Amino acid sequence: MTRRIPILEIDGALLVTVQVDLDDHLAVQLEEDLGDALARSGARGIVIDISGLELVDTFLSRILAQIASMSRVLGAESVLVGMRPAVAMTLVELGMTLDGVATALDIDRGLGILRTRLERST
Amino acid sequence: MIAQLIGENVEALLDNWLEAAARLSRARPELATERRQQARVFLEQLGHSLDDDTRPEDVRSAPWSGVRETLDAIVDSHLDEGMAPAQIAFFVLSIKRPLHRLILERGGDTEKQLKALWRIDLIVDRLGLYTAEVQIRRKEQVIARQQEEILELSSPVVQLWDGVLAVPLIGTLDSYRTQQVTETILEAVVSTRSEQVILDITGVPAVDTQVAHHLLKTVAALRLMGAEAIVSGIRPQIAQTMVHLGVDLGQVVTKARLADALKLAFRRNGLLVSAGAGR
Repeated sequence: MTRRIPILEIDGALLVTVQVDLDDHLAVQLEEDLGDALARSGARGIVIDISGLELVDTFLSRILAQIASMSRVLGAESVLVGMRPAVAMTLVELGMTLDGVATALDIDRGLGILRTRLERST
Repeated sequence: MIAQLIGENVEALLDNWLEAAARLSRARPELATERRQQARVFLEQLGHSLDDDTRPEDVRSAPWSGVRETLDAIVDSHLDEGMAPAQIAFFVLSIKRPLHRLILERGGDTEKQLKALWRIDLIVDRLGLYTAEVQIRRKEQVIARQQEEILELSSPVVQLWDGVLAVPLIGTLDSYRTQQVTETILEAVVSTRSEQVILDITGVPAVDTQVAHHLLKTVAALRLMGAEAIVSGIRPQIAQTMVHLGVDLGQVVTKARLADALKLAFRRNGLLVSAGAGR
């Protein structure tokens, strides 16, 4: 059985909390699963909580950016929440500033951002 | 043979040496016994090292580590006394004359004597230079420690309001400092759950492309964590230089005064500032 990151549905949005370090395979799997879940559930937003993530590389940051673009194409907003200071600094040093990705401090505020954005777009 | 010679005459040697050294600078009386003990250990080690012909003349190589350690302690105790670098080197160099005298007094084959004298000269000179290196290293350690302290002093993160942090940046921003400051800010953002961070650069003397680059990095890291940055405290002259240099702060929101930045932070947090009824 392959390991997977669980995707929860909450308040019309998809919630993913990453509690383990994402290896390349797991990250790609998550991207696919999120696409499927968006199409199946008709959710309008994604919140990805990466507060458990301690290591991040260029590949993973690219996947995160791809998830944001993909959800936009599928008509959903996405917010990346809970990034650790060390991870943020590493990404900046790597030059991966994830410009197109919305961010928030925690899940609560992430859901808040989703709500305001969705209200604006409808 | 030198080791044996030193061993037989160690007390006389110490007397001569410490007396010569005392003419240069007087050690505090309570340190005299300690100094003599250090000097004795040093002399014994030096004697064995001088005898060992296979030992390289480079005193920084591995076989010399014992002698170096003793010398380190000698330098440290001199430094604690506040002695000048030249005095400390002289202390080590002044062992030469007593040793020379010892060799000459023993007599024997001239060529052998000459060889021993040369070796003593060469090694002691190098050990003298080594004391200078030790002192520089000690000073560097002090500087590094002070740098750290300055770093902590010069970038306090203050919470102006619930959810609003301010960081008065003072001094030039280099890459090392930026990294330290950024780390402190990011940790503060997590612990206070603040979404607004005001970077006040009133105390930054000049903003060139390098400094702007560092600022942008901090702002980018903040954004990744879900916080928003406002840069304030840009004086008119600095704004002018920035324009002349073509410095681009891109998407970063900038304000002239900290007060303006605070106002914006309030607005972003949905707070309203108004004159109270008590006025």
